[in-house]
Amino acid sequence: MAALSLLEARGLTRHFGGLKAVDGVDFDLAQGEIHALIGPNGAGKTTFVGLLSGRIPAQAGRIRFAGRDITRLPAHQRVRCGIAYTFQITQVFSRLTVFDNVALAVQGRGVAKRLARETRAALMRVGMHDHADQVAGTLSYGHQRLLEIAMGLALHPKLLILDEPTQGLANAEIDAFKRLVEGLAPDATVLLIEHNMGVVMDLAHRITVLNFGQVLATGTPGEIRANRAVQAAYLGG
Amino acid sequence: MTVRIDTALALHLGLIALLLALHFAAPDYHHANLAKIMVLAVYAMGYNIAYGYTGLLSLGHALFFAAGLYGAAMAITVGGVPAGPALIAGMAAGGIVAAAVGLLALRTTGVAFMIVTLMFAQAGYLTILYLGQWTRGDEGIVIAQGLRHIGALDLTDEGPRYLAALALFTAGLLVNLWLVRSPFGRVMVAMRENEDRARMLGYNPFQVKLVALAISGLYAGAAGAAYAVMFGYVGASLASVQYSILPLLWVLLGGAGTVAGPFLGVLVMFYLIYYAGTLTSATLLVVGVALVALVLFAPKGILGAVRERLLKWLP
Repeated sequence: MAALSLLEARGLTRHFGGLKAVDGVDFDLAQGEIHALIGPNGAGKTTFVGLLSGRIPAQAGRIRFAGRDITRLPAHQRVRCGIAYTFQITQVFSRLTVFDNVALAVQGRGVAKRLARETRAALMRVGMHDHADQVAGTLSYGHQRLLEIAMGLALHPKLLILDEPTQGLANAEIDAFKRLVEGLAPDATVLLIEHNMGVVMDLAHRITVLNFGQVLATGTPGEIRANRAVQAAYLGG
Repeated sequence: MTVRIDTALALHLGLIALLLALHFAAPDYHHANLAKIMVLAVYAMGYNIAYGYTGLLSLGHALFFAAGLYGAAMAITVGGVPAGPALIAGMAAGGIVAAAVGLLALRTTGVAFMIVTLMFAQAGYLTILYLGQWTRGDEGIVIAQGLRHIGALDLTDEGPRYLAALALFTAGLLVNLWLVRSPFGRVMVAMRENEDRARMLGYNPFQVKLVALAISGLYAGAAGAAYAVMFGYVGASLASVQYSILPLLWVLLGGAGTVAGPFLGVLVMFYLIYYAGTLTSATLLVVGVALVALVLFAPKGILGAVRERLLKWLP
């Protein structure tokens, strides 16, 4: 790859008892790309991004991010380094207002004076500025997903990890989401776990396929589509 | 937004003004009660910062209260320090003990945290009895009247004592209000609501909870120190498990996670016991029934219910 590498993982491993959830994965993310992570259910996708974000400690392997070894760094410090993770199962602070949810993400960057303005800007970006005073738990499901993404964006991450962001969204919402993600690159790098192949093929610059905790293939959408091993394992070809 | 903030501040200043007016208007007996209630309310506010805002259900706050009591009393009787600096010493003792306990206890969460804090407080209680040579154990320390004054302010006298209690209460209430509306207050609430999510926004749960617990300890210490100097008596019974449970009940009654709730909780509980006492000797039965009613009809406490139904913006 000619592009600068933002993140490189080598030999990343995490077993749960006998289950090899992530098994010696080598993985590279180029600066500014939109990279999709796909694979059948139970392939280890969520565990893998859990290792990258620090939610799950790695048993073996190394992770370098922006030129720094972060393998032993706890999750909250990785966030400060620029890795943002949005949850697969929406985990907004349901009893706080939309504003407070996003403000929590913004204020950690130490922007005391501009807190209100930057919070509104982050909400504006996902089109939720009209909901600022609403209690997050009363939002529709689609809006909660958007709020989750707004919180990720408000961290101003170098790498935004989105775990199944379009799950449960209506078609119109998915289109809006695609435009939003397209607008993030190349300033931010996006790693996307996604089951919706339409979204993956439209958005991703590169795709990595996981199967049984191992990398089955990495390449452009065209290469992945043509890959026989992928077809056999995943696309049901 | 600005209108709202002013209303909340005005409401709490109104409470302080009302208490100041009662200094002149309240009958002697209630005047004396209110002074004690305000001091205990500061203790309850501290508990609320840990439990109501940060979600730390501690059963060991008596230890921090006792650190304030003994920190101030022993500074006076053993150390020969004047009452003013002794108050500061007691407050600091509460904060330091809370931080030290937190360093260990905050490695646990939930039920384990409750048990560990309870055990620390029991160990503290037994230590007070064990070190009877200095703490005078069960018998307790009586601070001589002549030592209980700050400058010209004689705290053995009802009037100055009430005003000193009001000053402490005012400081506690306003700092509390400021804290919970500050960015750090928002992070405390985030820990209560969803620690895992807060971590993924870049906050270290251990650090945030430790700071919250230390602030809580400063409040408990300040209340303990004020109690010692104002009422002149410090005994091991004030470090017993009862004094860990009481702030929890006060906060639940008044409304966990509300600024004025702890005061309301102490006030209502105090007068509930008082009026129950005029009716029957089984006062605790009345208190128990009241608590059951609370859980059934207003599980979020008095101010919690008010906030839910009427004043959604109440901090």
